[in-house]
Amino acid sequence: MIDNLNIMLPEFFLSLSIFTILMIGVFIKNSFNIVFNLSSLIIIFTVAIILNNSNNEVKIFLDSFTRDPFSNYFKILILISSLFVLNSSKNFIVENKLDKFEYPIIILLSILGMFFMVSANDLILFYLGLELQSLSLYILASIDRDNLRSTESGIKYFVLSALSSGLLLYGCSLLYGFTGSTNFDVIANQLIKDNTGAVFAMVFILVGLAFKVSAVPFHMWTPDVYEGAPTSITSYFAVVPKVAGLALLIKFMFIPFSNILLEWQTIIIFISIASMILGAVSAMVQKNFKRLLAYSSIGHIGYALAGVATGATSGYQSSIIYISIYVIMNIGAFSCLYLLKKDGEYKENISDLSGISKKHPILAISLLIILFSLAGVPPLGGFFAKFYVFLAVVENEMYALAIIGLLTTVMSAFYYLKIIKTIYFDDNVITFETRKNTIAQFSIFTSCTILITFFLYPSVLNNLVSSLFIN
Amino acid sequence: MNFPILSTLIFLPLLSSLFIFLSKDKTSNNSSIYISLFSSFATFLLSLFLWYSLDITTSEFQFVEENYWINNFIKFKLGIDGISILFIVLTTFITPICIISCINSVKVRVKEFLIAILILETFMIGVFCSLDLVIFYLFFEAGLIPMFLIIGVWGGPKRVYSAFKFFLFTLLGSVLMLVAIIAIYWLTGTTDITQIYEIKIPKEYQNILWLAFLSSFAVKMPMWPVHTWLPDAHVEAPTAGSVILAAILLKMAGYGFLRFSIPMFPIASEFFTPLIYTLSIIAIIYTSLVALMQDDMKKLIAYSSVAHMGYVTLGIFTLTKQGIEGSIYQMISHGLISAALFLCVGVVYDRLHSRMISTYGGLVNYLPKYSFLFLVFALAALGLPGTSGFLGEFLVLAGTFQKSYFVAMLATFGVVLGAAYMLWLTKRVIFGTVNNSEIKSLNDINKSEIIMLVTLAFFVIFFGFYPAPLMDTFSVSVNSLIDDYQIALNSQ
Repeated sequence: MIDNLNIMLPEFFLSLSIFTILMIGVFIKNSFNIVFNLSSLIIIFTVAIILNNSNNEVKIFLDSFTRDPFSNYFKILILISSLFVLNSSKNFIVENKLDKFEYPIIILLSILGMFFMVSANDLILFYLGLELQSLSLYILASIDRDNLRSTESGIKYFVLSALSSGLLLYGCSLLYGFTGSTNFDVIANQLIKDNTGAVFAMVFILVGLAFKVSAVPFHMWTPDVYEGAPTSITSYFAVVPKVAGLALLIKFMFIPFSNILLEWQTIIIFISIASMILGAVSAMVQKNFKRLLAYSSIGHIGYALAGVATGATSGYQSSIIYISIYVIMNIGAFSCLYLLKKDGEYKENISDLSGISKKHPILAISLLIILFSLAGVPPLGGFFAKFYVFLAVVENEMYALAIIGLLTTVMSAFYYLKIIKTIYFDDNVITFETRKNTIAQFSIFTSCTILITFFLYPSVLNNLVSSLFIN
Repeated sequence: MNFPILSTLIFLPLLSSLFIFLSKDKTSNNSSIYISLFSSFATFLLSLFLWYSLDITTSEFQFVEENYWINNFIKFKLGIDGISILFIVLTTFITPICIISCINSVKVRVKEFLIAILILETFMIGVFCSLDLVIFYLFFEAGLIPMFLIIGVWGGPKRVYSAFKFFLFTLLGSVLMLVAIIAIYWLTGTTDITQIYEIKIPKEYQNILWLAFLSSFAVKMPMWPVHTWLPDAHVEAPTAGSVILAAILLKMAGYGFLRFSIPMFPIASEFFTPLIYTLSIIAIIYTSLVALMQDDMKKLIAYSSVAHMGYVTLGIFTLTKQGIEGSIYQMISHGLISAALFLCVGVVYDRLHSRMISTYGGLVNYLPKYSFLFLVFALAALGLPGTSGFLGEFLVLAGTFQKSYFVAMLATFGVVLGAAYMLWLTKRVIFGTVNNSEIKSLNDINKSEIIMLVTLAFFVIFFGFYPAPLMDTFSVSVNSLIDDYQIALNSQ
């Protein structure tokens, strides 16, 4: 039992700390700052605990919970990206009067949900984790409760997400009905035999998962929620749940559904191509930077899914590399939004960026690097993300997917270039107040440095990710 | 030789651009100009030293550097032979000239401009040094970023359209090459081109891979019918941008054909020769006719570049010694001549802010030194014997005659057209009556302009009379290229 506790130490630590800071928040007045700083500390401690814990694969609680390099990698990625997102948005939170002590606590709760999602080896545990995460995200989307758009986005997200959770749950129950177990490994073994019913279940589960990572055709909520929610929440939505959702998707494909590869492969290929094309086409006409990032994230999920679609370990690895670099780029992009402040108001239209290269050269060059990287132009990090994905795709002889994917890269390059054009070629309109947000600046700096220097030593990430799939 | 001299050469400009970035001069840009001049000269001298110490009696790759890069997969492999060294020297020679030229022509954001030029130089040298397909692709594509900014930030009125067209055309062409590179990796298990030469790509895959590479090189070259981005980009780019574009960026594609298409896919190269001949002839004749009708000087020179590049592709795919040597010679000489012509246009553009031919006329009366130099370059561009332009075209035609009389005849027709548009341009700009009263108040070229143009003129004439330094450098490499090609064809 003590061994089991030791294995779940990160989760235990996180839950206990959440309760503790909840108490602090309740009993101490104006405790946002304390709770916020404590949450950051908790995240750092959790990272330390995971790193300190041994990395070998263990399954506990009747094989329903796994700790392996795969889940640990994703947990660390989730924690570090939340740390950056949370801290760089602190000024934004305070200035927009979102500084309620619940804010960081709910974020921590959603992280706890994601922990169970990536560690789950059982349908029930996975569903509980997913719901814990989703419920926290519903609250976060509408946290600016006096703002019409924020509440609207919260409701929208809640209704659609609840529907998809319902479908997912229905899929889970079908799967249980046809295989007689909720355990991933048992399900995988059961599916070796021909099992038409399980294919139905798989489709329902895929719909639910595609919704969570906002892949076409289940993407409709993304632009509205991204635009409506406060920027600090949007940046969280764009980064952290995507990571967890993709991890879950890979896990489903890798363990329970590994024996019905042909059945799900076609669906994922379709979803991937549709996401890439829709992401590229719809983003071209956007005027709001957040909305544009929403569409671009749909496109990026399409590329990550192209790696999953190969159904091979190299493909899953490439997806993980992709999502990791995606996280770095999006943290940078959203942190730039925190610097676009003018007269106490944060600007989020692309036209507001017009000519900022003259007044804010450093911000402009950072955006340039991030945007070119998002477009996948070498030698920046984003290129390597795409390169690994297409390497895996071509390895599995899916040439059509590779060519469509690369053509959409060119299409999406167009709208990134349009922003760069606004920044560099147009005349200056607004001078922003940029000097005050050091943490956001630090995030941008970190993100740009990683993106630029990635090409010097690209094996780091590669080695790390290939060690996740040794079993 | 353990010192990583090629990496030094590649990253020296990048390093100095970092210095410029960190340098603080608010009022004047002198320190950034001096840093960039100094570093580009240092790079030039280093490349000359490389040329001097290169063993030209062998076609082996030299100064090879191999570094672990991506685990068990891609090596950061650099190396040069007799062909690539000339392009490297051309790059490092043109860059300081561009930097000198921007003292006169770039007025805003000089510091950023110099940074962009130096970063671009890094990528260009990288292209010519890389011995690995992925590294090559990396440098090849990376050059788009600084060039996009150079056209977009410092360009003319239609700069946004041109910059976008340039970027998207080139990117679209190269993504197919990326698929091909990945496919080659899975076919051969490596992206190291020296190993791919040994392994030989299976015959059934060669055609499709060759076409994928063509899609990238044809856009970059540019070949008809995907040349349309070039006139736009040239017209809108600032002078230094045009110079780099014409002198070096276009040569990457020709180099790519020699380094990748022919040695890796010899059978496909043989198979597609008629296609290349057709496209080249159309490029030579059609774009020459188009050039005749231009009233914008930069556009005219841009179209003439397309025509000249037609000779280059024609020469490369004759796959004869004369043809390939002629192509390389033509590329180097076009690098010097087109650079000089764009600089010449830049000189008058800086004074009158017009590129229209009709603005000028009778310049010889007021700008005699300028007119003389312009005439030299115009004659070199049309291939007058005694200039470097002649030798390239002559060798290409000599190579073509060995393969097909008909094609050679059509190509020769292009020489006449080339003479027509160049001479007509000279007549309308330099000679004739003075229609524009502003011309009377113009100053003749100043010191920095003289330095740039006279240096270029010297080399244009020098290599016209004495081609040996260039020819000797690449002849062994070209021989072995053709030998390997013949062996591959015979063994199929």
